[in-house]
Amino acid sequence: MRLHEYQSKEHLKEYGIPVALGKLATSADEAYEIAKELSSPVVIKAQVLTSGRQKSHGIEYAWTPEDTRAKSARILSTSILGLPVNKVLIDPRIDIIQQLYLGITYDRSIGRPVLVASSEGGIDIEQVAIDRPKAIIREEINPILGLRAYQITAIASHIELPRSYWKQFTEITQTLYDIYAQSDALLAEINPLAITKEDTLIALDAKLVIDENALYRQQQLNTLKQHNHQYTAETEANNAGFSYIKLSGQIGCMVNGAGLAMTTMDMTTLYGGEHIGPANFLDIGGGARSDKVALGLRLILSDPDVQCILLNIFGGITRCDEVARGIISAYEQIQPNLPIILRLQGTNAQEGLRIISDANISNMHTAKTLTQAAKRAVDSVRDMQS
Amino acid sequence: MTLLINSEIRLIVQGITGREGSFHTQRMLDSGTDIVGGVTPGKGGEWIAGKPVFDSVRSAIEATGANTSIIFVPPASAADAIYEAIDSSIELIICITEGIPVLDMMRVYDYIKRTSSRLIGPNSPGILIPDKLNVGIMPGFIASKGNVGVVSRSGTLTYEVIYALTENGFGQSTCIGIGGDPILGTGFVEVLEMFENDPATEKVVLIGEIGGRAEIDAAYYIKTQMTKPVAAFIAGKSAPEGTRMGHAGAIIERGHGTAQEKIDALIDAGARVASNPDKIVELLY
Repeated sequence: MRLHEYQSKEHLKEYGIPVALGKLATSADEAYEIAKELSSPVVIKAQVLTSGRQKSHGIEYAWTPEDTRAKSARILSTSILGLPVNKVLIDPRIDIIQQLYLGITYDRSIGRPVLVASSEGGIDIEQVAIDRPKAIIREEINPILGLRAYQITAIASHIELPRSYWKQFTEITQTLYDIYAQSDALLAEINPLAITKEDTLIALDAKLVIDENALYRQQQLNTLKQHNHQYTAETEANNAGFSYIKLSGQIGCMVNGAGLAMTTMDMTTLYGGEHIGPANFLDIGGGARSDKVALGLRLILSDPDVQCILLNIFGGITRCDEVARGIISAYEQIQPNLPIILRLQGTNAQEGLRIISDANISNMHTAKTLTQAAKRAVDSVRDMQS
Repeated sequence: MTLLINSEIRLIVQGITGREGSFHTQRMLDSGTDIVGGVTPGKGGEWIAGKPVFDSVRSAIEATGANTSIIFVPPASAADAIYEAIDSSIELIICITEGIPVLDMMRVYDYIKRTSSRLIGPNSPGILIPDKLNVGIMPGFIASKGNVGVVSRSGTLTYEVIYALTENGFGQSTCIGIGGDPILGTGFVEVLEMFENDPATEKVVLIGEIGGRAEIDAAYYIKTQMTKPVAAFIAGKSAPEGTRMGHAGAIIERGHGTAQEKIDALIDAGARVASNPDKIVELLY
């Protein structure tokens, strides 16, 4: 679960990390009032859950409250990478002399948290990592021992941070690791961590991503979850324990299991060529009871781009005859009038296919292999387009 | 099964009284796997499917001589169940539980490295040796005895492939699901090493997917150490770029993780890569 910048900075602030944090505005007038109250130049920052806000003109400087109002109005009327901007953060503008980068995430190949730091922070940090890898230090952390003081000293020394900042840098870095571990974060990032003209360190931007699997023990952060959801179909899918991602094609796919769902997407892309492909990724998890199938069908049909439905179910523990009955009952509830390609394989597949064929549903076609199913789905979209 | 454990398997089920645990205990027994008992704290003295339930792994070992455990404990207590198995010197631990927090798994991973226990999973469908052993949740009927070793990160996709192998006359020596989580007790490389040294295995099928660099490491092992032929499939070629873990994630993974990169690495290592799981079989002739 990704948190907004303002939520991340509030969380850091609660832990005592110095942050540049103003207030949130949902209208240009509110932005004006906040700027007046701050009585300093401000930074207006779109609060959307995506990266690259600066490069998409979602961040602007303003010198007066009037200027803040005008620029906030513009940002609030736009979308960034498809996400409408509903709120902007009005932060005091801080005079800085240097930008550092500080981030903690985990490296799955070693199974440990890793701290990444650089004295060349800011939006181009990934380019720095490619061009001047020596400007970046990565320090592995033992997850049982946590981040040790000597490691922070080594980092400060490697990035050539002047000694006068070491004490404050140590406090901030240690606290950031505490936040990472205590909040079950998958990412805790401060970028930039700025050195101000007053010779102090302050977090100008922060990003936290929380492990969804740990939300049961993160009550406070869990309350932000509903708050932050932007796509209704994805929220609905989430609540049902499905995993759903909207894509740009026409074939609505419903599959049990993530690997098989990805493979089904790959196959429709492979045979669909440039113009035909999957409309979504939908993994309905193990089993395929009729209520699950019905909910999955509704989700797929809520997408106006869908022209054909591809159901790919491998019956493992769940028997295909049960799955077939579930599909028919879901079909009867919803009565979709699009072509449905069904592939059933695994336990009792013969029996399942017999049940489907006895039901005599005119727009439902069965396929034996995944290849056949994908080709058939692509063909039916092509027929409709021609 | 010398592949994973030195002696005969004596299996207990941690979480045996739960919904999943009791259901799959019965299934495993039905498919001929020998289970010596189970553990659920607070339910010692009960019986499930004719098998004794104990309060702790230690008491289960004292009574039954168990050396292997399969875990069906819910995610919030699963890490604790793994620690208990490790501290009781269980040799092989198979964790089926899905949804264990990453931080818990990193600690488990660090802890188990310093012991002689081996962990498969979490979020693993288990281990299947046709006609001999079915520890986990894989449907046994799809498999048949033979000389192909199967190793995979996924669930139903693995069943697809095993089923296709069986249908086309390619039986399997052992099928291992290493699990779908980011932090795993046993990786591709370790299983490939076991297959390379296993006299019952002549060919290997590897099923990978996008994310992480496990397949890249596997490719390096295949290139430098492996003599047995490997056929592979990588899922997720058409997947959109997922949520990146900020700049730190991008810097650490350095682009490793796309399906194409993994496919290229495997081909470069001499493995045969199928464009479609239906075609894996053709690569084994």
